[in-house]
Order: sequence, then structure tokens, then C-alpha cells
Amino acid sequence: MTTSNLHMYVMAVPLITAMFVNMLGRISPKYVAPLTLGALGFSSLASLGVLRQVLEYGGYSYTVGNWAPPMGIELVIDPLSALMLLLISVVSLLATLSALPMVAKEQAGKEHLFFTLYLILIAGLMGLVMTGDAFNLYVLLEITSITTYGLIAMGKGRAPLASFNYVIMGSVGACFYLLGVGYLYILTGSLNMADIASILPQLGGGAAVATALGFILVGLWIKMALFPLHGWLPNAYSLAPTGAGLLVAPLMTKVSIYLMIRVMFSVFGADYLFVQNPLVQSGMVWLASAGIICASCMALAQRNLKRMLTYIIVAEVGYMVGGVWLANSIGMTGAILHIVNDALMTLCLFLVVAAIAYRTGSLEFDNLRGIYKRMPITMAAFTVGAFSMIGVPPTAGFFSKWYLILGGIEAGHWEYVIALLFSSLINAVLFFRIIEIAYFDGRGEQGKIQRDEAPLIMQGPLVLTAVALIAIGLGSGPLVQGIIKLALPAGF
Amino acid sequence: MEDFLAIIVAKYNYWLYVVLMMIGFYAMIGKRNLVKKLIGMNIFQTAIILMFVSAGAKFNATIPILNKYEVLKHGADATKVVNPLPHVLMLTAIVVGVSVTGVALAILIRVYREYGTLEEDEILEKLGQ
Repeated sequence: MTTSNLHMYVMAVPLITAMFVNMLGRISPKYVAPLTLGALGFSSLASLGVLRQVLEYGGYSYTVGNWAPPMGIELVIDPLSALMLLLISVVSLLATLSALPMVAKEQAGKEHLFFTLYLILIAGLMGLVMTGDAFNLYVLLEITSITTYGLIAMGKGRAPLASFNYVIMGSVGACFYLLGVGYLYILTGSLNMADIASILPQLGGGAAVATALGFILVGLWIKMALFPLHGWLPNAYSLAPTGAGLLVAPLMTKVSIYLMIRVMFSVFGADYLFVQNPLVQSGMVWLASAGIICASCMALAQRNLKRMLTYIIVAEVGYMVGGVWLANSIGMTGAILHIVNDALMTLCLFLVVAAIAYRTGSLEFDNLRGIYKRMPITMAAFTVGAFSMIGVPPTAGFFSKWYLILGGIEAGHWEYVIALLFSSLINAVLFFRIIEIAYFDGRGEQGKIQRDEAPLIMQGPLVLTAVALIAIGLGSGPLVQGIIKLALPAGF
Repeated sequence: MEDFLAIIVAKYNYWLYVVLMMIGFYAMIGKRNLVKKLIGMNIFQTAIILMFVSAGAKFNATIPILNKYEVLKHGADATKVVNPLPHVLMLTAIVVGVSVTGVALAILIRVYREYGTLEEDEILEKLGQ
């Protein structure tokens, strides 16, 4: 137990800066960039401090406003939430660097509005990974969702319609979550996760507990776009403004998966989930496997780079959900490592999308012909991101997939192993098709082709992310031993 | 049949919310007008809010406003006041619901400017062209 409150600053600084971005940004858009970058830079450094503190002294809980739990709202900072905090702040910092020129181009004159929502969204995500209160989680979930609806609706053409469908689906998901929390509250009289977890075993797990679990999980699955409930995601993410996609695509689904892990193991407990209900457990692995295969096949049918990536996100959600429900420590390690890796891989590929969109404005496969000659650095980073998605060593994607496959073999869930291998093959087909078009197909490009890279502020984070993918791949041993082993939920 | 009726009557408030929720659900899935879908979502949320609020109710209990000096002297009898916590939670949920509705209506204005209609069929027709 420490008395540190560094983690409060990590969340509070983007939230307060959002207000200043809105006010000063009205005077002149030139204030937006330094304020946003300053806040996120501070959050990244501070969350690194939080992680170091947690690794050194162990996790701690923090009571906001000095109201003791279970009445007051408790923040829980354990290795897993500290890791997520660092991931969110670093990914959002890198995304912002690239989003700034993109937004200035696509949403000119609305920068201050865009980045106000953007910063509130980041603060909401940070709150989500820290909270230890089930109802507080609902409120933060809606804060992140409402800002995302707004960001997506700032896109052109069909974007408002896609955003409206997301509003309906997202609200149903949040309502289901709230309903589940209501059941838990009626059963236990408490909203604090640790408190509920200590009361639930005494109730002996009747139909009401199972209903609560069902409602909460279905709510979170809608939010994370697990396969049969994924309908809203491809339209919403591919039609969103490029700047919003940069932040939303890498983080939203990953944070929802973190929430599922948090609710499953901090509230219901591994014993109730896996030992008492083995049918649900294996059913979930089957569902995740079906999701991986279906989403990968749908990705094959796309002719637009951004749209293809959104289907890959849906498939990746299946990887992580399956890994969590394998119910062994290797699968769990793989799932948590994959949350980190997938956030960075998705970020890398969406940064490439942003760079191409900035220069050419089109992401149809037909318009990517010979783009390697025009944007060599961007496409080199794309290759690294693509290799990581496929799972080629030594990129990061290989190692988490390796853990997931080992976990699947240990649990005897061969359908999950087959789904993972199948999806890797499909990813190989998908990405090599693009690499072929971009590198070797020079039709329609006569004469000398000018090098036409995106500006440096967009290339910087791109190169950094690509290097990070290889660095995390090579360093995944220490990462697993040093952080993720500590971050595994109790019982693993 | 009588047993079944007894179950319904004993917990009739919860059955009402189930009915209300299904009405909202039907509107979200079945209606082709986007505003009607949004209203369906509102009904859905309201059903959950009512469920929470009624969970705090007790027979023969009064509103949770107590005389501080009386409570300090004699203590409070929890069976004589309704549980205020669900009400407070639902105040927050109502705020969330209002914000979502506001954002959704603003989005619908943009949809209307884009397509000139809020009927889903007509929008899909225009998208098909």
C-alpha cells in the first residue's frame, strides 16, 4: 500500500487539457497541438512511473475523495491495469502525432472540437482500466462510447449513418451491462468489485448469478465486437475520420477485452467460471474460433485497405477472447500479451493508412499500385506491421500467437488451434496481395516516379511503432516474465 | 396455471419491465424510421432505470430523509426507509441516457442533411444508386 496518487494525474491531465483545448483552440488552432501533445506526453511518462512503482512495490488500491470502499469508489492499480495505462497513453501519444496533420486536412476549422472529444475519450479509457467499481465502470464505458460516436460522426458521407447504428448497438450493450450490474446489486447489495467477489461465493451461484454474468458478458461482447455481435464495427471504423480511426481502432476493442478479464476474474472468479460451468467455457472457445474464421473470410472479400483492416480487428478479438476462455495460464499469458501486441500492430497499420490517405486520399486496392516507389518508408513499416499480423518471427505478433496456440494445445481445444493457423494463412494471403500490388504492380505508372512521403510528423510515429513491434518481439521473454506473469489474474 | 399467475403477481413490477424492454427492443429492430429506433432505445433504457428504482422500494417505508438529531440519538431503522442508493445510481444513468439521446439526435440531423430522409429504406435505396 502506497500513498502515491501519480495515477490520478495520468487520467486527470488529459481530461483537464480537453477543456483548455476547447477554449484556447477557439482563439487559434495553433494551441491545439502543443496542449494535446503536452498532456499525452506527461501521461505517458507518469504512467511509466506508475508501472515501475507497481512492479517494485506491488499493486495498490486508491479511494477517491477519501470515501472508504465499499461505499466510496475505489481505483485498483495492479500490474495489469498499470500495463494497460502505459499502453493507452503511449498508443494515444503516437496516434496523436499522426492525427494532427490528418485532422488539419480533413476537419479543417474543427480541430479544437475534434481534440476535445479525443482527449476525453483517452481519459475515459484510462479511467476504465483503473476503476474497481462496477457502476463507475458503466459510466466510464458510456463516456468513451459517447465521445467515440461523436468522433465517428465527424466523418464524411455515410459516417453519420454508421455512427447512428453504433449508437443503437453500443447503447444496447451498455444497457445489458447495466442490467447485469443491477442483478448483482440486488443479490449482494454492493457495487464494489472486490466486495461483490467476497459475497458471491456465499450465495452458491444460482440462476440469478448466472443471469447477471450473462448480461454483463453480452454487454461487453457487443462493445468489443465479438463475432456474431460485430455488425457495427466495420462500417463505423472504416468510415470514421482517419484521425479518429487512429485512436479508436487500436484501443477500444482491446480495453473492452481488458474489462472482460477484469469482470470475469475480479468479480466472478475463475472457479465459478471454469470449474462450475465447463460447458460455457468450451462453448466460448468454439464461438471465438468460429469468429476468427468467419471474420478472416470476410476480410478476404474487401477491396479497400481500411475496410479489410476492420475485419482483421474483429478476427483479432476472437484470438483474445478465445485465449482468455482457454482457462489455462499459457492461454491467459498469450491473451494479455496479444492485447499489447495487437494494439501496436493495429496502430502501425492504421498509421500507414493515415499516411497513404494523407498523400493519395484513396485506399482502394486499385489505387495502391506501385505505391512502394512513392512511399518506401511507409510501405516498409507496413510490411513489418503485416508480418506481425501474419505472425512471422521475430515480430511481436508471432510470440503472442505462439502462446495462444500452446494454450490451445494444452487445453485440448484443437478447433481454436486450427482457427488460429487458418487465420494466419488468410492474413498471409491478404497482406501479400497488397504487398504484391504495392511493390511489383507498376501498371499506369509511366516515367519517373516522384518520391512523395507523408510529412515527418506522420512518419516518425510510424517508424517508431514498426521498430517497437520488432523490439517487443525480441524482448517478449523479459516482458512475459517481468510484467505479464505478475499481471495474470488470481488463480492462474 | 395458478402457480404461474401467482409468480407473476408476486413480482409484477419486474414483469412490467420485461414487457417494456421488449417493446423497446422491438422498436429498435422492427421499425424502419431512425427516430423511432432511437425512441425504442430510450424505452429500453427506461425499463432498466425503473427496475433499479423499484429494487430499492420496501413495504411501508418512507422517503429517505431523516432528522439528523433523531438518528444520532436513537439510530435509524433501515426497514422504515427506502434504499436511496439505486435512485442515486439511476440519476447518473438518466444523465447518460440524455447525453446519448442528444448525441444521437445531432447525428440524425447530419443524416437528414445528407440523405433528405430518415426512413431507413429510402436511405438504403439512395445508397444503392
